[in-house]
Parts: sequence; structure tokens; C-alpha cells
Amino acid sequence: MSSLDPVLLSRILTGLTLFVHIIFASIGVGVPLMIALAEWRGLRTNDIHYTLLARRWARGFVITVAVGVVTGTSIGLQLSLLWPMFMRVAGQAIALPLFMETFAFFVEAIFLGIYLYTWDRFKKKYTHMLLLIPVALGSSASAIFITTVNSFMNQPQGFTLINGIMKDIDPIAAMLNPATPTKVSHVLASSYTLSAGVLAGIAAFSLLRGRDHVYYKKALKLTTVSALVFAISTVMIGDSSGKFLAKYQPEKLAAAEWHFKTMKEAPLVYGGILDENNEVKYAIEIPYALSILAGNRPDTEVKGLEEYPADLRPPLSIHYMFDLKVTTGVIILLIPVLYVLRRWLPGRKPYPKWLLLGIVLLGPLAMIAIELGWMFAEVGRQPWILRGYMKVSEAATTSTSVGWMLVLFILLYLVLCFSCIRVISKLFRNKEAEKELDSLGLEGGIVH
Amino acid sequence: MSFEIAGIAILWTFLFGYLIVASIDFGAGFFSFYSILTGHENKIHNIIQRYLSPVWEVTNVFLIFFVVGLVGFYPDSAFFYGTALLVPGSLAIVLLAIRGVYYAYNTYGNHGKNSRIYLALYGATGLLIPAVFSTILAISEGGIIEQVGEKVFFRWREFLTNPYTWSVVLLALVSVLYISAMFLSYYAKRAGDEPAFGVLREYALLWSLPTIFASFLAFLQINKQNPAHFERMVDMSWMFIASFICFVIAVSLVWKEKYLGWCFIAVMLQFAFAWYGYGRSHLPYILYPYINIYDSFTNRTMGIALITAFSLGLLVLIPSLVLIMKLFLFDANYVRGNAGKKKG
Repeated sequence: MSSLDPVLLSRILTGLTLFVHIIFASIGVGVPLMIALAEWRGLRTNDIHYTLLARRWARGFVITVAVGVVTGTSIGLQLSLLWPMFMRVAGQAIALPLFMETFAFFVEAIFLGIYLYTWDRFKKKYTHMLLLIPVALGSSASAIFITTVNSFMNQPQGFTLINGIMKDIDPIAAMLNPATPTKVSHVLASSYTLSAGVLAGIAAFSLLRGRDHVYYKKALKLTTVSALVFAISTVMIGDSSGKFLAKYQPEKLAAAEWHFKTMKEAPLVYGGILDENNEVKYAIEIPYALSILAGNRPDTEVKGLEEYPADLRPPLSIHYMFDLKVTTGVIILLIPVLYVLRRWLPGRKPYPKWLLLGIVLLGPLAMIAIELGWMFAEVGRQPWILRGYMKVSEAATTSTSVGWMLVLFILLYLVLCFSCIRVISKLFRNKEAEKELDSLGLEGGIVH
Repeated sequence: MSFEIAGIAILWTFLFGYLIVASIDFGAGFFSFYSILTGHENKIHNIIQRYLSPVWEVTNVFLIFFVVGLVGFYPDSAFFYGTALLVPGSLAIVLLAIRGVYYAYNTYGNHGKNSRIYLALYGATGLLIPAVFSTILAISEGGIIEQVGEKVFFRWREFLTNPYTWSVVLLALVSVLYISAMFLSYYAKRAGDEPAFGVLREYALLWSLPTIFASFLAFLQINKQNPAHFERMVDMSWMFIASFICFVIAVSLVWKEKYLGWCFIAVMLQFAFAWYGYGRSHLPYILYPYINIYDSFTNRTMGIALITAFSLGLLVLIPSLVLIMKLFLFDANYVRGNAGKKKG
């Protein structure tokens, strides 16, 4: 075990923690917004269905928050435990957003605690809903701050590196680097999409199981339409991410597209395999599409991998991550579009089975897209941890125990995830929405 | 005040916050389990749940704040502590994760049914986590983390055979139980829950003498481990004497069952005097002899940025903390379990 390279093991362990955390973090960012939306509608239209929706979501949400908090604690400490050299050097320039994130998290945690335990406690009806604003702001701000750190790793700026020490620090410039706008907006939009998608899936699942109470139909409409809006914005921001890469990180785009020669009118390669001479085979080529992705015009020149020495090229396998993520993204967009158009589709059924099945898949698909997108972004940064300044291999711990810690954390995350799924499904099976609707108004408080 | 001192004072204060809120939480877990074994469950379980449920998540943030702040203000600490503490740090994460997640599962997912396995996990982690964390204080005295060339090593043998390590662990454990019992006695009294108060008061008195005994033991062991540090502690001995006086006040108030709010304030002061006395005499070192607050301080620009962010953050944080305390700590209706009924 210890004969394995600590650098590789540290990468795997960090990747594993983020693999788990990113799902719960995305839910943590998006679901408060959805709860606020439902509670607000419930208050505005005086419709108890939406209020119950908010309550039930909040009840499941808090369990995912718990996993999000502990995996977040995990990655917070692992940054220093697994990447001590990186934190020692880069901390000089990028400590600020990490520090601010803890404040955002503080606010989120405090107001979530208050929100959960103050249903029916305030005289004014809107007061309770307003508590969600700091929760949603806090969680979104957390995501923004953390994403600026990741942007900084891709586009470091705001310092001069002299003999391995950062001088002339500008913390704001380090945060607001060229990668920040596209990355931050992409992370936020995809988190909202994931959350709306998961909640839409829950409603669709109930309808599929034959429960046809209007409560589920309202839930389905609210969530699927939200998912559509968020998915459209995610795709649009994804497009500007392509333009960002072409300009600032061309080697990542080139590796993702198996684009070796610098040229204008570059085609987009979809799928396929590479032979031993790096020739693309069996791929679908869309003429001009890469140039259009890179600069909106077919004659845009796109830099090829030939301009980078072999040891500074990202792994070519990211091509598949990129293609799969884009494909999943398009499917995620199509499903809610079909939902909106369903009454004009053949059959004209309001809730066709195949469509409900598709909506159930929205959540899992969004999770896959987020995992792929994130892996693409991180693997595509290789071999750098701080692009152009520090390689991953120079940043990792020298400890020989990383392997055992990896085993430990694999076990931990398996247990956490399985028990999380079990607890949430038990929670809703034991308390059906219809029964709760009957008894609502007679009981107060969400936990008794 | 210089930036170097301001930075460590901020971090030390948040760690003190963690010490208090986490001790209450950790000790509560142990008491929940212990009370089942001794047949008191129904008396104290409700009072513990009512306090912990809304605040457990906030507790964790204090810890993250300290770690992130430490690395931010003193980036060298990431290098030394990060490299050396991979194994104990990972174990602490696992314990925290199990504790946090199973608490949430049980509280929000189970509708009040407490499985024995869960309570055992919750009780055991409540003691193991402070034990693990407290050893970092022992490590910071030097002799356990060692730099050879470019590499940093953790000396397990020195660590495990060192009596100072064990005296700190002992102090941490009894302090956790003492702080927790003191707070919960106050909370039970406020709630007007006399049976719970009776049990918790007994716990508080039971753990008071061991706390002082363990403090003296740790005090003496520092002399062996790091005599220079011990001398600085003696130089500011008034802080430790003040701490002891607060202890006497706290114990006599809980003994007489009077002014329990003041009693818990005395407990906090007791630990504040000892905590800042210890911390102040530890300076300038964060890790003896490798990290001191002057040589390892981040660049000036980042220092200013962090302190500015901290000041602005406090403007948001303090009102939020006051609000959560008002709602769940000082609202008599909530504390008595009457929440859910509309106020006013």
C-alpha cells in the first residue's frame, strides 16, 4: 500500500472527497432557493400545498446538509493535510476567499438552524420565509468563494513568484481572475439545475407510483419549470466557458477536443478513439463547430496541442468527459422542454409515463453532468496545481500513510451515503404527503 | 496591537468559542448514553435534544474557522501540521463525520426513536474527538514534530510515551464533562425541569474536582515538556489564579442551586482565564520551535485583507449569533418546550 506514490494517492483521496461533497454541496446551494420559492408561492396564493412542499423539502434537505457539512469539513482539512506545500505557497495569495467562505457558511448554518425550528413561531407570516434569504445567500456565497479558489488554480494572478515565495500580493486580483466569472456562474447554475431536477424527480416518482393528488402535480410543475430555466442558463454559461478556455486555457480545450494542429475553421470532434499516432478514428466531426465554440465565428483560430510540450499537455482522456458532459447537459435541457410542450405532443396526455420517467432521471443525470464537468475541469488542469507555477507533484504531502487514509475514507463515505439514502427514503415513506395534508393545521413545528 | 498578535488573538478566540460550544455538545452525547446505562434517560434526554438540535451545525463552523484562519494567517502551519498530522487529522475528520451525520439522521430522520447503536456512537465520539484534538496542544510544545532536511516527521513513540500528552487528554475529557454538565444544569433550571436539573447538577459537581486536579497535573507536566513555556506561565500566574477563583464561584453557585446563569458565566471565565493564560505564555510559538507568529505570518497585504474580512464578517456574525441565542437559549417558551405556539 505505502509503495504507491503519495502524490497519486493524495489526488485520489482529494478526488474522492470532492466526488461525494460536490453532490451534497450542489444540493445545499440550490435547494434553499427552491424551498423559498415554494414557501413564497404558498404564502402569496394562500395555497397550503406549496407550504407543505416547502416543509417536506426542508425536512429531507437538512439530512443532506449534514452530509454536506461533514464532507465539507473533510475537504477543508484535507487541503492542508494532503497538499501542505500548495497551501503554504498559494495560501499567501488565496487565503482570503477561503476565510470568507467560513463566514458565509456560518451565516447559512445559523439561519438554517433557526428556520427549521421556527415554523409557526412568528406573528408575521413572511418572517419565517425571509429566514431563507440568508440561508440561500450564505450557501451561494460559499460556492462563489470556493469556486474563486479553484479559478485561481486555473488562472493564477495577483502575485509574483520569486524563489518559490509569492510577493506583491493582490488578494482581490487573485480572487477575480479571468476564470472566475464563467466558473462561478457555471457552478451556481448547475447547482440550481441539479436541485430543481432532484425535486422534480421526487414529484414525478410519486406520480409514476399512481399517486395523483394535485399536490404532486403542483410540485412537478414548479420544479420542472425551474429546472428548465436553470438548465437553459447552465448551457448558455457553458458556451461562454468554451470561449473562456479558448482564450485563456487553450491547452485544456485542445485536449478536450483532440485538436492537435492550430488552425482556423476547426471542426468539433465528437466521440471516436485515438490510434497510436494520435489520429482520430470513428468520430463524428462537425465542421467549423470548434471555431464557433471558441469565438463565435468559423474563421476563429483555435490553438492546437502541438504548441505545448508533451509533458505540459492535459491527459487526452478528458475528451470523453467533455463529450459526455455536454451530451448529458443537452438531455437535461430537453426533458423539461418536452414537459412544457407535452400537450402538443402526440397523445396529448398531461402526464405521459415516459416523460415522468425522464423527469425522474433529471436528478441523476444532473449529478453525472456535474461530476463529469468537475473532473474535466480538474483533470484538464494537469499537470499543474497552480497553472504555470506549481505542479501537482510538487504540492502533495510526503507522508507514507495516504494509502491507509484512502481506505478509511472510502469506508466512511460508503457508510455515509448509503445511510443517507436509507434515512431519507424512510422519512418520506413513513409520512405520506396526503396524510400530512389532512393533519396540517392541527400540528405545529416540523420535528416532534 | 501588531497584525501578528491580532491574527492569533482572533484565532484563539474562535477556538475558545469552539471549546465551549463543542464541549457542551460532546459532553451532552456522553451524558445521553451514560444516563441510559444508569436508567435516567427520560429525565435528561429531552433537555439535551432541545438545546442541541438547532445549534449542532454551528458548532462545526467554529472549528473550520480556526483551521482555515490558521492556515490563512500562518501558511507555514499548513506545511508542518498538515504533513505531520495526516493520520490523527484524518481520524478526527472521520469521528466528526460519524458524529455529525448520525446525530442528524437520528434527530431529523427517526422521529425521536433512539437506537442504542446510535447513542453509543454519539457518546463514544463525544469523548474521542476532544481527546484527539487536545493532543495537538501537546504536540505544539515541541519534540514530536521534527523537520529533517525538507521532510517533516511525526514521532509516534515520543508522542505516545509522553506523560504530557496523556495529562492533556485527561484534562480535555474531564473539562468537556464539567463544562457540559454546568451548562445543561443551567438550561434545565431555566426550563423548570427539576428532575433533569437534579441529575445534571450531580454530574456537574462530580466532575468539578477532577477538572481542577487534571489542570494542576497538566500544569506540572508542561514544566517537564517545555520549561521555558512553564516559566512564562508562572510569570502570568495571576491569570491562573483568577481562573481558580472563578472555578470556586461556579462550583459554590451550583452547589447552592442559585444564580445558575452567573454560574455558567463563571465557568466560561474560568476557562477563558486559563485558555488565554496558556495561549499568551505559548507565544510567540505556534509550533515549538518551527512556527512562530512573527516569522510565519503571511504577507502584509493578505494580513490586512484577512483582518478586514474578519471585521466585516463580525458585523454579520454577531447579530446572527445573538439572534440564535435569543431564540433558543433565552426564550423561556422555547426552553420549556412550548415553542410552536405563536408568540404574543
